[in-house]
Amino acid sequence: MNQIEHYLIKQISIFSENRPGRLAAIAQAMQEERINILAFSIAEADGFGVVRALVDHSERAYHKLTDMGFMVSFTDVIAVRMRDEPGGLYEIARILGDANINIEYAYAYTGKDAAVLILRVNNARDAIATLLKRNVTLMESSFFK
Amino acid sequence: MFWNRKMETLKGDELTRLQLKRLSWTIAQASKVPFYRKRLNNAGITPSDVRSIDDIGKLPFTVKGDLREGYPFGFFSVPLNRVIRIHTTSGTTGKPTVVGYTRRDLENWSELIARNMTMIGLKEGDVFQNMVNYGLFTGGLGFHYGAEKIGLTVIPSATGNTKRQIEMINDFGVTSIHCTPSYALHIAEVAEEIGVELPTLKFGIFGAEAWSEAMRRELERRLKLTAFDSYGLSEMYGPGVAFECPEGDGLHIWHDMYLVEIIDPATGERLGEGESGEMVITPLVKEAMPLIRYRTGDITKLMADGCACGRGQKIGRITGRSDDMLVIRGINVFPSQIEHVLRSLPEVGEQFMVYIDRIKYLDEMTIEVEMKKEYFHGELEDLSKIQHRITDALKDVLGLRTNVRLVEPGSLPRFEGKARRVIDRRESKL
Repeated sequence: MNQIEHYLIKQISIFSENRPGRLAAIAQAMQEERINILAFSIAEADGFGVVRALVDHSERAYHKLTDMGFMVSFTDVIAVRMRDEPGGLYEIARILGDANINIEYAYAYTGKDAAVLILRVNNARDAIATLLKRNVTLMESSFFK
Repeated sequence: MFWNRKMETLKGDELTRLQLKRLSWTIAQASKVPFYRKRLNNAGITPSDVRSIDDIGKLPFTVKGDLREGYPFGFFSVPLNRVIRIHTTSGTTGKPTVVGYTRRDLENWSELIARNMTMIGLKEGDVFQNMVNYGLFTGGLGFHYGAEKIGLTVIPSATGNTKRQIEMINDFGVTSIHCTPSYALHIAEVAEEIGVELPTLKFGIFGAEAWSEAMRRELERRLKLTAFDSYGLSEMYGPGVAFECPEGDGLHIWHDMYLVEIIDPATGERLGEGESGEMVITPLVKEAMPLIRYRTGDITKLMADGCACGRGQKIGRITGRSDDMLVIRGINVFPSQIEHVLRSLPEVGEQFMVYIDRIKYLDEMTIEVEMKKEYFHGELEDLSKIQHRITDALKDVLGLRTNVRLVEPGSLPRFEGKARRVIDRRESKL
């Protein structure tokens, strides 16, 4: 079971108004702290949004952004290594769907080593167990440090 | 044309005698209300101390806040079984102001509306579309019954669905409309957009918002009608208190039913003819809810006698407010109400800002709020839920759709001293 915890990755979620310069402010803060953003996405609603990011030093990012006045929160996500070829996403989505695990949102990046899918699901631990059982490669949280 | 020539043109001693008689009756009627009994006792005034109209100056003022204290029925001077209608209007905080009417009150009110509509030339055979809210707002039912009284063909179309409103104006041959001036401009705009003319319209009655002469020209040009200003407030029955005659220079305030004074809002001192100040009204015939020297908050002036139409006392068009009340799409809003709603929601932080804009002739209110950090769990959906909860809570209290914007903590201005949380960006508030 302990192994599962290794695969829980802390995403930082940042509340941001939807207006020019807000993302720049966040990105500049990360640069100042020498924090590397490994993956990120923006979700937007009516006049505001949530910037979601995987960074290499999440605690430091959290403190820096909080000190700047941002509303920041940690969210557990999982990172799945996909086959970087047609059907790669389908495979992952099908496994989770069959296990009745809901994907609340997702974003992906094609890194140096592999295509990685970041998933926020309704039950991260079940998702990890399910995917591991099906021999899907998950990235450990240490990968992002 | 006159509905009640005798009353409308009553002059001199005859008028003064009637006013004094009715003022004494009003004071006696008010004395049945514990609030007034106490007020008058404390001031050492008995009804017999009021021997002339000028003696009214000895009486204390009544303010909107007093009415709030009396929520719900504290200002009724008759038992509830004699009150046959209740309306409410926004109060200065969470609770609305309640107004009640006896059967005689409703008859008086209809009489006023009948006078107003007859005065501008409406009569049997005219088709009247009443495009205001028909619920607790007094503008709907008030005009409705007055219009029926003189035999107009009344279409209680209420608000909304502008294209349907336009269709009815044409299909039913509507000659007269009643709505807020901003809604009338919206109608004009939509009609132009869909390429429809409104050739049957002749009379436009516009009220519930203060509006300018520039607005009048715009309305008359685009809708090809004659625009009349209608003034009223729920505390004085509703619309119909004062109304423009065809001379188009000031509004006749019905002298047999209302005594009007203009005061300096800062000192309470009475001002003379032609001087601008806050209007104070003492109703002379209100039965269920008599009021004494009620401060309306509206800024106007008394005009010289001698209108060519032969009627009496006129007031100038309303030029503003002496308090912070806002009129948004015809609905009265106090910033304190907004504050009250926001303070009751745990997710909302201490700071907020209110912006008012006029977009396509309609007022839009935007409220920026900061969220408390502890309620942020990183999920967009939670934020949207909070946004909707705030919008719904405001709608419940204000009766108004607003745009609620969640902003970053710390981003709203902090005020030292008096907070200026309301920014009215409408080009002309009138």
